[in-house]
Amino acid sequence: MDTQFSAEDLAFRDEVRQFFQENCSAELRARLASKKTSREAQVEWQKCLYERGWIAPGWPVEHGGTGWTATQKFIFESERTSADAPDVIPFGLKMVGPVIYTFGTEEQQAKFLPRILRSDDWWCQGYSEPGAGSDLAALKTKAELDGDEYLVNGAKIWTSGAHLADWIFCLVRTDSSGKKQEGISFLLIDMKTPGITVNPIIGLDGGHSLNEVQFNEVRVPAENLIGEQDKGWTYAKALLQHERTAIAGVAGCKRVLARVIAYARAEGGLIDDPAFQRRLSDAEIEIMALEYTELRVLAALSAGTAPGPESSLLKIKGTELQQAVQELWMEVAGYYQGVLPDADGVDHSGHEFGSKACISYMYGRATTVYGGSNEVQKNIISKAVLGL
Amino acid sequence: MNFDFSEEQNMLKDSVARFVQDHYDAHSRRELVASEQGFDRGNWQMFAELGWLSIPFDESVGGFGGDAIDTMVVMQELGKGLVVEPFVATVLLFGGLIQKAGNTTQQENWLSRVIAGEVQGAFAFLERHSRFELADISTAATASGDGFVLNGEKTVVFNGLAADALVVSARTAGEAGAEDGISLLLVDATAPGVERSGYRLMDGQLVANVRFDHVELAADALLGERDQGYAPMQAVVDNVTLALCAEALGIMEKLNSTTVEYTRTREQFGVAIASFQALQHRMVDTFMACEQTRSLLYRAVCSAKNSADDDSVESQRNLHALKVMVDRAGKLVGDEALQLHGGIGMTDELEVGHYVKRLMTIRTIFGNGDYHQAKFNQLSYA
Repeated sequence: MDTQFSAEDLAFRDEVRQFFQENCSAELRARLASKKTSREAQVEWQKCLYERGWIAPGWPVEHGGTGWTATQKFIFESERTSADAPDVIPFGLKMVGPVIYTFGTEEQQAKFLPRILRSDDWWCQGYSEPGAGSDLAALKTKAELDGDEYLVNGAKIWTSGAHLADWIFCLVRTDSSGKKQEGISFLLIDMKTPGITVNPIIGLDGGHSLNEVQFNEVRVPAENLIGEQDKGWTYAKALLQHERTAIAGVAGCKRVLARVIAYARAEGGLIDDPAFQRRLSDAEIEIMALEYTELRVLAALSAGTAPGPESSLLKIKGTELQQAVQELWMEVAGYYQGVLPDADGVDHSGHEFGSKACISYMYGRATTVYGGSNEVQKNIISKAVLGL
Repeated sequence: MNFDFSEEQNMLKDSVARFVQDHYDAHSRRELVASEQGFDRGNWQMFAELGWLSIPFDESVGGFGGDAIDTMVVMQELGKGLVVEPFVATVLLFGGLIQKAGNTTQQENWLSRVIAGEVQGAFAFLERHSRFELADISTAATASGDGFVLNGEKTVVFNGLAADALVVSARTAGEAGAEDGISLLLVDATAPGVERSGYRLMDGQLVANVRFDHVELAADALLGERDQGYAPMQAVVDNVTLALCAEALGIMEKLNSTTVEYTRTREQFGVAIASFQALQHRMVDTFMACEQTRSLLYRAVCSAKNSADDDSVESQRNLHALKVMVDRAGKLVGDEALQLHGGIGMTDELEVGHYVKRLMTIRTIFGNGDYHQAKFNQLSYA
C-alpha cells in the first residue's frame, strides 16, 4: 500500500498545474459563467483540452484516452478543480463514448468517437420518461423496425441539455413481450431528425437545463443501433456505473468546501463559531474519506476491473456531501442566500456569492435524484454487495 | 498509487486470522475473560513464536522492522477475533515508548524480552482529573540523589495488573497541564510503594489503578530526556490510536457480516427479514460507514508512514478525522447490529454484544470523537 506521489507524479502535477494556469483564464471563466456565452466557451475549453490530448482520461489509449495511471487521473482532477477549470460536459465523453467504444461497431466508433473527442457533437441522454424514473426499465418509448429504419414514438423527460444537443442516446422498447429489462434497445438519434420536439422545463434554480423530448414518428437508421436489439439494458447498466462514478464529484466538493471556508473567514467571524466549525468538519471529514474511497475505486479500475457496485457508494455519499457543502454555502451567505440574478444571470445585490450559493443549492437538490435516486442505489448495494 | 497489501502483509493477515479461527472461539474467549489473568499466557507465547510481538520494533533490537501498515493489518484481524491478549498495552504502548524514548541500554534490556514474550508491560498515563489531556497530570517525580521519588495515582491502566513494569508519565517540572516538564519513567511494578488494585472494563479487559507512594527510582529509570517526555508520548499515542482504529474497523466488518448473515436466516412474517427494504437500507448505511472508515484509515496510516517527508499538520488532521469517523461509524454499526438482531442481540450469550462493547471502549481511548473533532477544527479553521 502506497499513496505517495512519485517524482514522475510530481512532475506530472506541475505540468498539469501549468497547463491550467496558462489556459483557463479569468476571462474564459467569466464567459463560462454567463448564460449567453457559456456554450461556446465550454466548447472552446474542451477543444483546448483535446488539442493537449487530455480530453478523455478515462478512455482506452487506442480510442483517444491518455493512458494515465489512477494517480495521474486523481492529480488531474485535483488540479482542475483547484484552478476552477470546468469539467467536461459528461454526456458524450463520460457516458455514450464508453458505450460506443465498448459495444459499438467499428463503423460507429469511426463515425462518432472522433466527433465526441473534438466536441463537434453535443450529446444528451434519453433515459427517463414521464412513467419511468427510478424504475427505468418501465420505459415505453417504442421503436419498431421498418425496413432499414426504426420508427420511434414516445417521450423522454428531465433531459439535460437537450435544447443544445446534436445527438441523443436513447433507451427504447423494441419488445414488450418478456420481462421489462428484456426488449430494451440502445439507439443513437440525430436531434435534427423530423418529428423531434424539445420542450423546456424551468428548474428550481430558475434556469433552463432540463427538457422534455417528444418523438413523433421519428425515423432512425437501423445502423444507429448499439450492439444487439433487445440487449440495451446490459449496455445501459455499464454506462450507469461510469455515470455514478463521475457523479460523485469529490474534487468539486472539496473546491466548494474550500470556498465556503474562505467566505466564512471573511463573513463576520463566522469561522470562529464552534457550532459552524462543527458543521464544517462533519462534512470535511466525510469528504476526506470519500476522496480515498474514490482513489480505491480508481486504483481497482486501473488494475483492469470495471467499476463495480462500489460506484453506487460513491454516488450516494458524493451527492449527499455535495448537498452538505451547498447547504453550508447558503448558511454563510445569510440574507443574501435569497438573491436571484436577473435573466442575464447578473446579481444586483452587490454581494459576491449569495445568488451563486442559491443556484448551486437549488440545482443541487437534483443530485440525489438523478443517475438513479439514492434510494435505488441503496437497493443496488443491498443486492449486489450484501447479497440481500 | 495502490491499496494492495504486500505478500508479507497478506501472510501476516492470514496468520492472525488462522489463529483466531483455530484458537479463539466464543467459548474459550469467555473463559479467558473470566479468568484471574484475563488472558492466556500460552496464547502470548504463541504470538511470540509467530513473530507478532516483534512487528513494530527495529531490526537492530531483533524486531521485524514493520511500519504502520503492518501494525494495521495485525490489529484489524485481532479486532475481528475480539482478541483480549494485551498486544496494545505491552507491545504498542510499553514497547513503543521504550523504542521511541529509550536509550540503547534500555531498548536492549526490555525490547528483546517483549519480543520473546517474557515480559508484560503497561503505560500509566491517566489520572482522575485528566480526561483526554495527556499533559494534565499531577503525579510527580522529585529529584532524589541521582534518581527520583515518585508520588501520585494513575487510573485505568490497561494491563496494569499483569504488567511486570510500567512506563509512567510524571511531572518533573512545570505547571499542571503544561507539556513541558513531563518525564517518562520506567517503574518495576513490584517495587516498594507501588500499590495496584484491579477491576474490569465492559470489553472484558483487566485494568488497574496504580498508586505510587514514595517509590524510589534510580537515574536509569528515566526514558528519554528529563522534562521532555510529552513529545515521544504523544507520538506513540498517535501510533496506537491508528492501531486501535484498525482494530475498530475489524470489529465493524465482523459485526456487519454477522448481521447480514443473521437477517438472511431469521424469519418473521413467513420470510427472511433480509427481504425487508427498511432493514436492507440500514445495512447499506453500515456498509458505507465501514467503507468510509477504511478509506480514512488508509489515508491516515499512509500519511503517518510518510510523515517524515509529508506535511505533519495534514498527518495530524487525518488522524483526528479518523478518530471522529471511528466514533460515529462505530456507534452506528454497533447500534444497528444490536437492533437488527432483535431480542437475541440483547443477550450476553451472543457474541455481537461483546464486539459492540469493545467498539464502545475503543471510541473513548485517547480521546472520543468530540475531543478529536475539536482538535481537527482547531488545526483546520483557527
